[in-house]
Amino acid sequence: MDDFLFRALLAGAGVALIAGPLGCFIVWRRMAYFGDTMAHSALLGVALSVLFDVNITLGVFVVATFGALALIMMQRRAPLSSDALLGILSHSMLALGIVIVAMMTWLRIDLMAFLFGDILAVSWTDIVVVYAGGALILAFLIFIWRPLLAGTVSSELAAAEGLHPERARIIFMLLMAAVIAIAMKIVGILLITSLLIIPAAAARRFAPTPEMMAVLAAIIGVIAVCVGLFGSLTWDTPSGPSIVVAAAMIFLLSLLTPGSSALKMRRDM
Amino acid sequence: MKIAKQTEITSRAPLLSARGLGVRASSRWLIENVDLKVHRGEIVTLIGPNGSGKSTTVRALLGLIKSDAGEITRTNDLRVGYVPQKLTIDWTMPLKVRRFMTITGRHSVTSIDAALDEVGILVLAKNDIQSLSGGEFQRLLLARAMIGQPQLLVLDEPVQGVDAQGEIALYELIGDLRRRHDCGILLVSHDLHIVMAETDTVVCLNGHVCCSGSPRSVAESPEYRDLFGARAAEALAVYHHHHDHKHLPDGSVVQANGHDDHSACTHPETNKKKPSHHG
Repeated sequence: MDDFLFRALLAGAGVALIAGPLGCFIVWRRMAYFGDTMAHSALLGVALSVLFDVNITLGVFVVATFGALALIMMQRRAPLSSDALLGILSHSMLALGIVIVAMMTWLRIDLMAFLFGDILAVSWTDIVVVYAGGALILAFLIFIWRPLLAGTVSSELAAAEGLHPERARIIFMLLMAAVIAIAMKIVGILLITSLLIIPAAAARRFAPTPEMMAVLAAIIGVIAVCVGLFGSLTWDTPSGPSIVVAAAMIFLLSLLTPGSSALKMRRDM
Repeated sequence: MKIAKQTEITSRAPLLSARGLGVRASSRWLIENVDLKVHRGEIVTLIGPNGSGKSTTVRALLGLIKSDAGEITRTNDLRVGYVPQKLTIDWTMPLKVRRFMTITGRHSVTSIDAALDEVGILVLAKNDIQSLSGGEFQRLLLARAMIGQPQLLVLDEPVQGVDAQGEIALYELIGDLRRRHDCGILLVSHDLHIVMAETDTVVCLNGHVCCSGSPRSVAESPEYRDLFGARAAEALAVYHHHHDHKHLPDGSVVQANGHDDHSACTHPETNKKKPSHHG
């Protein structure tokens, strides 16, 4: 196997392993659009990192975190619905990022690489970052698992019984910002949310418990990365979008599974 | 006999008490000057019309929202079991009944099944929680709140989505749980007439405490009638009906004819009258 392809597989699998479990919470908490908005703020992070000459991954993490905090503050006091607010913030963050990048005429930034990812250009350093960062993220997620899950079921119930769901939620937000910072290089800003959500949604059909769903989402994500990269190589398609298409196909297949509990649920509703 | 028990209950230090509790939202006081105590083994029911601040009071007592006036005292390391008013679980979360029982803490399968059995839903242990009916789900919430052996059980409208028949059964179950576990129960209800039979103390709320005391004294008070109008009289009727006899845990029935005997109230230890058993 070519070295660059091996590195791409390794990095992609690493991202998928983290994105699956985190994505489950995004699906359960109905935060898909929220995650998307955070991801869109990443380009602004890239622009500012280049401007102030700091590490891009770190810059994206900081800006995505601030984006999330700004969003929470605005949701608390805004006269607009949270949905409209997300729409406004999501697209203006992205546009602002693109405008600032364009204004820095002395630099040449490959916008496409940031928007859609450049998995085939992944270096060994990137892989170390993915796995070290990923291990840290998963460790934190396991640490806050019970309060976060209880808070997802009912924040009031968790708080009344002495867990700290609000603290868990803030840590979760930081973990999302970290995943976005790490995954940006692999699948790109525009496709991060899909790598978070689609494997989780596909796993729902087969999982009997929240924990199993997190594990299955990670596995499905890894399969999607393998299939997507193989397809990208075979048909010479862009790698990031190919991975997402592969994930979407797995999701569609999962819908066809007969007797799955999710389909039964749908009929009830 | 019930009154004797009541005196015994309230002589102990309360699990949770509030004095002059007030919560404000921007310019308006949602609740003001609320005094409330819950003792071990006591059922305190908060009633009041919609928007009277029942849930606000409970949330402030639990520390879920901050209070703007007054003080709240709890016993040290008070274990609380909570049944919130609204609980919507996204259908995308795969959650079986057994797993739901451990959502806020770890428990053995044995104790989970015992708790499920106690509320009568052990047969549903392996079901998805999304497949439960309204009544089954409320029982599950009760079992879940009880499994940590709480000293205080807080139930915010625990009969939601349950039909009238199921409501009575649920309130009987709540009474059973109190007797068996000797926990204090703080109950919120907008519907007064069914809760009466099991309740020791009723606190009638309308932004402030308009009246409180035994169910009978509240039901007869003019403040309560002003607040609930025609429905008040109805509640009183039901209350009388429920109290012409009382079911003991062993299944026997006690005539509650000693109810108006106020000597029992002040001198419980001198109350030698034996309740008549039959049935």
